[in-house]
Amino acid sequence: MTGSLEDGTLDPVGAVPVTAPEAAGSKVRLPLVQIDDLKTHYPIRAGILRRVLGQVHAVDGVTFDIRRGEVFGLVGESGCGKTTLGRTLLRLEKSTAGSARFEGEDIFAKQGKDLKQLRRRMQVIFQDPVASLNPRMPISDIVGEGMLAQADAKNGWGKRSVRDKRTGDYLEEVGLRREYARRYPHEFSGGQRQRIGIARALALSPDFIFADEPVSALDVSIQSQILNLILDLRERFDLTFLFVAHNLSVVQYLSDRVGVMYLGKLVELADVEELYRRPLHPYTVALLSAVPDPDPRVRNKRLVLTGDVPSPVAPPSGCRFHTRCWLRERLGNPENCTTIDPEFRSIGEGHQVACHWAEQVPMSVVAEAVPTVDATTENPAAVAAEETPYEPPVVPDASMDGPTAPAV
Amino acid sequence: MTIESTYGSRPARVGPPPSDVLLEVRGLRTYFKVLDGTVKAVDGVDFSVKRGGRLAIVGESGSGKSVTALTIMRLIDQPPGQIVAGEVWFDGRDLLTLPISELRKIRGGEIAMIFQEPMTSLNPVLTIGDQIMEAVLLHQDVAKSGARDIAIRSLTDVGIPAPERRVAQYPHELSGGMRQRVMIAMALSCNPKLLIADEPTTALDVTIQRQILELIKEIQDRTGTGLLLITHDLGVVAETVEDVVVMYAGRVVEQGTVEEVLLGARHPYTRGLLNSIPSKGKRGHRLAPIRGTVPNPFRMPPGCTFEPRCPYAWERCVQEEPALIRLGSGGASRCWIHDPSSRARLDGYDHDTEVLPT
Repeated sequence: MTGSLEDGTLDPVGAVPVTAPEAAGSKVRLPLVQIDDLKTHYPIRAGILRRVLGQVHAVDGVTFDIRRGEVFGLVGESGCGKTTLGRTLLRLEKSTAGSARFEGEDIFAKQGKDLKQLRRRMQVIFQDPVASLNPRMPISDIVGEGMLAQADAKNGWGKRSVRDKRTGDYLEEVGLRREYARRYPHEFSGGQRQRIGIARALALSPDFIFADEPVSALDVSIQSQILNLILDLRERFDLTFLFVAHNLSVVQYLSDRVGVMYLGKLVELADVEELYRRPLHPYTVALLSAVPDPDPRVRNKRLVLTGDVPSPVAPPSGCRFHTRCWLRERLGNPENCTTIDPEFRSIGEGHQVACHWAEQVPMSVVAEAVPTVDATTENPAAVAAEETPYEPPVVPDASMDGPTAPAV
Repeated sequence: MTIESTYGSRPARVGPPPSDVLLEVRGLRTYFKVLDGTVKAVDGVDFSVKRGGRLAIVGESGSGKSVTALTIMRLIDQPPGQIVAGEVWFDGRDLLTLPISELRKIRGGEIAMIFQEPMTSLNPVLTIGDQIMEAVLLHQDVAKSGARDIAIRSLTDVGIPAPERRVAQYPHELSGGMRQRVMIAMALSCNPKLLIADEPTTALDVTIQRQILELIKEIQDRTGTGLLLITHDLGVVAETVEDVVVMYAGRVVEQGTVEEVLLGARHPYTRGLLNSIPSKGKRGHRLAPIRGTVPNPFRMPPGCTFEPRCPYAWERCVQEEPALIRLGSGGASRCWIHDPSSRARLDGYDHDTEVLPT
């Protein structure tokens, strides 16, 4: 799987055994979702023959686990592939390569009855509460539709009365009135519609919910109501979330662990506290630095990234972030950044980062740029390197006169 | 910024404001008469921007912040819209009484505007250069080649690489951040005295938002242009402007400096907004959201518009609408909690509530 796993090191936080799922023994210790080198590419077709001209590398080799009962936050800017990743897990998009397991079983191999069962257990809350509810259906049908599709002899969801009872129950669960089941989507405000979307997902008793930017279309005062609701429901129904958002404050508030994506790849993953206290990847640092703080006393020195996100059709060679990287510039543009794709490696305490030069990140600079970072923080990668030294990969056949090329 | 009390309905000043005030909006009311009734989108808004000053109007959707900006430029479709009352003093003239021919010279010239969605505000069938030159040719006495030079220079000013090539490109060839830079270049090409930016970064990613905010501030510092920023994001407010006006349901509910409003919020709505934002230190705690939703514009509460959602409301708030009350701690707040007769109710409302005489 990842570098840390190959080293055989244990992840101390979740105490997840870093072994193959078959060897894990008990199901309790198994992560709920395991994603291994997942790729989802979209073909670009043109002309009357619909010839494939290229591929959009939406998700391009992502590996991580989602633990049972946690909220895993996935952040990144538009086009980084975070939504595609979630949709691929739910089989709403077709994967190109790699694997994903749910309770140890291959998601992409499921068919027929097994797939239907999986669809019930993995649910989704969509971003846009207006577009995701059919305007011609009353709420009872919107919430009940999933149950009808999943009806069998055991759950009795084929019966209208059973479905209506359940719909009412879950509407109350999300803070709406039972009677609202008779109404239509246009009669509700944005926040209420998002509650209906949540009730629709919950009514199927899922284990896992992919929440795709569930609050980004809402006003601040409504957004906090929905965030609180998600936290309540998670406890009450013992749910596991993949929470995708571009708002870093929201992700920080809700998540247990956070993964940062850039152009189809994970660049950093850590516990939420660790990530906001000791961010290491230059992109994570820039992202955290860019968030406007409502406290006027906070006046951090901004790390302003230059340029736009490159196209995922032809991602940059080597490290995908190198075209905008401030660290690379500081280090005198080392050659391996442009030629070697950095390994997503462990730097201890469940903290993984994809950067050749993570050990060189000056924490004083990070502390100036990110208000949540203390100036006395030590670079976790540099600390880890004292025990097991890390040598950044060297470009083969390259002359050694690059300014920061490591002495060999 | 001068904040005048609007206690009662007496106008604070008559005639043009002092010359150091670039824009002064007084008692502005914009209503929309539609089939179902009248929507009082803007219902009593007062504020002013000093020359070279930076003011933000902050509010949620439906608060009337964008309609306020459009009313200043008289860009409201009439009907269904109607500017019912108010004065908009800009540089010694009341824009609401100015003949339309005079106003056209100001729009896009002395007052420039940037909108939220850069794709829909640019014309897709004209090149970037043509669109910038259109404004330049309209407002400045230059020939076409001169206008092209100005267009290229303003693209350079907003940090667009290879501007000579960009002028010949169409909007779809640019990224969202680049398009917003073009909008800013267009706005600045005629050296405006006031820049109105309506949610200029809402459609952009956070790293691009950062670039655009830095650019607006840098240009504002350099040219001395006044800035009226319309936003829903208190973070953007804290980092961009000096003064804030908080709007709720068509009314100004609180105003003051950024420090006064964001650090020592006096109005219950402003406090609720600040408590709703997930931010550092709030993890693990439940957020304290504002209960309920914005009132239906056709059925506004008779008293204070925030009363149905307010944790402090009492009978008086249901019956009577409070005025904007000037406060000893600076700024103003539209809440009965500051009224001297409500002193007994102030237990637990933890701030300086000295009220200035009107």
